[in-house]
Amino acid sequence: MTKTGEHLLRELSPQVLGALVRRYGDFAAAEDAVQEALLAAAVEWPRAGTPENPRAWLVQVAARKLTDGYRSETARRRRETKLVQETPPEESVIPSPDEAYEERDDSLVLLFMCCHPALTRPSAIALTLRAVGGLTTAEIARAFLVPEATMAQRISRAKQSIQSSGIGFALPPPEERRALLGAVLHVLYLVFNEGYSASGGDQHQRVDLATEAIRLARAAHALLPEDGEVTGLLALMLLTDARRAARTGPGGEIVPLDEQERALWDARAIAEGTQLVTEGLARGPAGAYLLQAAIAALHDEAKRATDTDWPQIVALYDVLLSLSDNPVIALNRAVAVAMARGIPEGLALLADLDRDPRIQGHYRLDAVRGHLLERAGDVAGARLAYAAAAEKTASIPERNHLLLRLTSLAPAPDFD
Amino acid sequence: MKFMLMMHTPRGDGDYKINQWKPEEFRAHIQFMKDLNAGLREAGELVGAEGLAPPGQARIVRSRGEGPEITDGPFAESKEFLVGYWIVDVESAERAYAIAGKASTAPGPGGKPLGIPIEVRQVMSPPPDML
Repeated sequence: MTKTGEHLLRELSPQVLGALVRRYGDFAAAEDAVQEALLAAAVEWPRAGTPENPRAWLVQVAARKLTDGYRSETARRRRETKLVQETPPEESVIPSPDEAYEERDDSLVLLFMCCHPALTRPSAIALTLRAVGGLTTAEIARAFLVPEATMAQRISRAKQSIQSSGIGFALPPPEERRALLGAVLHVLYLVFNEGYSASGGDQHQRVDLATEAIRLARAAHALLPEDGEVTGLLALMLLTDARRAARTGPGGEIVPLDEQERALWDARAIAEGTQLVTEGLARGPAGAYLLQAAIAALHDEAKRATDTDWPQIVALYDVLLSLSDNPVIALNRAVAVAMARGIPEGLALLADLDRDPRIQGHYRLDAVRGHLLERAGDVAGARLAYAAAAEKTASIPERNHLLLRLTSLAPAPDFD
Repeated sequence: MKFMLMMHTPRGDGDYKINQWKPEEFRAHIQFMKDLNAGLREAGELVGAEGLAPPGQARIVRSRGEGPEITDGPFAESKEFLVGYWIVDVESAERAYAIAGKASTAPGPGGKPLGIPIEVRQVMSPPPDML
């Protein structure tokens, strides 16, 4: 299958699912039927050519699969099946042109449904990638390095949760929308993070989750162009992903921001992300994603690490902290303060965080301390901090990075 | 046949005093492990491989019917701990030993093989087909 064919299929997947769920109401069965139709198309289209109206083709095939499924079920369902059979699916499901506006809402409704807080986050992530992203279960399983059977079960449990909590196929009422949108954005953020922090080496044959998350965030932004946080999340992803080529070295090792080869950054993604930040900020008070995107934009705009506008970054972290009292944000702010006002001030903030039970003993606290002490020229202190961080992290690339940092600082015995 | 290859390292001054290595020695060690895994994957022998987080975060959970009891476990006294494992699907036990032998030679300071102890255990399988 060509790249464009695959892309088209995945683009159409939520629309087809929306059309089926609206018609038959049964989300779980419709979702299975759409998967089957997508697989059929992946086999059929390269051979017989892409149909003139690919969407109608998919809807038709999926509807047939769905009704076939009903037909083969027990007598209990026979009456419903009869109803379905009375209207030939190909006539009943294909929307008339004036129904087209509903496609937009369908994709949005699907996002709200798949990311609903009633689901566990791993389930929501898997279901979103399949039902909205149009990925196959096998692809999602490979991306998360779990067996396909495990992922299939996770998706099926997610669909059961939707069924049993009675989440309907409709846009949530306005008073719930803010909170539910927060859940949607969080799921997309988690997908991006998973892709972004995936360890190097085993990347081949895996769907790129960061690209996937950007695609979904783009779709969400197209559906809700006025929303500052959707804009902010898309911008944050673009501005972060723009550094991808520079953030790992030839051996897959982590290259910290200040040592990255900035010429490798993706200028187009940076321009797009920065533009989105500007638009978002002009629209009113900024939320957490937009503020983080604004910080990422300041980093990306600096030609050299030494050109970074640290005082401005500190100011943005101050706003961010006023929105949510989050120790990880406080930790990042400590780095910015160290860079803007001197290492001792940054280290003093770390000492405060040592007393915060929410982050105390976390490897990142030691890792940041190591970096600041290294900058200050305190080799022995930096080595201790890096060793402590390496002892605690559960990420192999991170541990390797910390140990490389540590071993590249002259060990104490050399000074004897 | 499937085998689990378990890599143990001695406890004490970090694993094999890695903190005292030169960065290029550590790089060579990482590269060795990467190449080993890539080779197993290409040969179609790799089922899975994982590295484990340091034992400082390890807990023993035991339940006698009144809810789980979580303790730090006996790790403090143990001389060695499990840092990672491979599961390989191979023709024979000899092949599993050969892979373990290779993994054991992962380089340390001065590029010398560390001689890491690798425990090799066969993975139990369903009963063989009678026909």
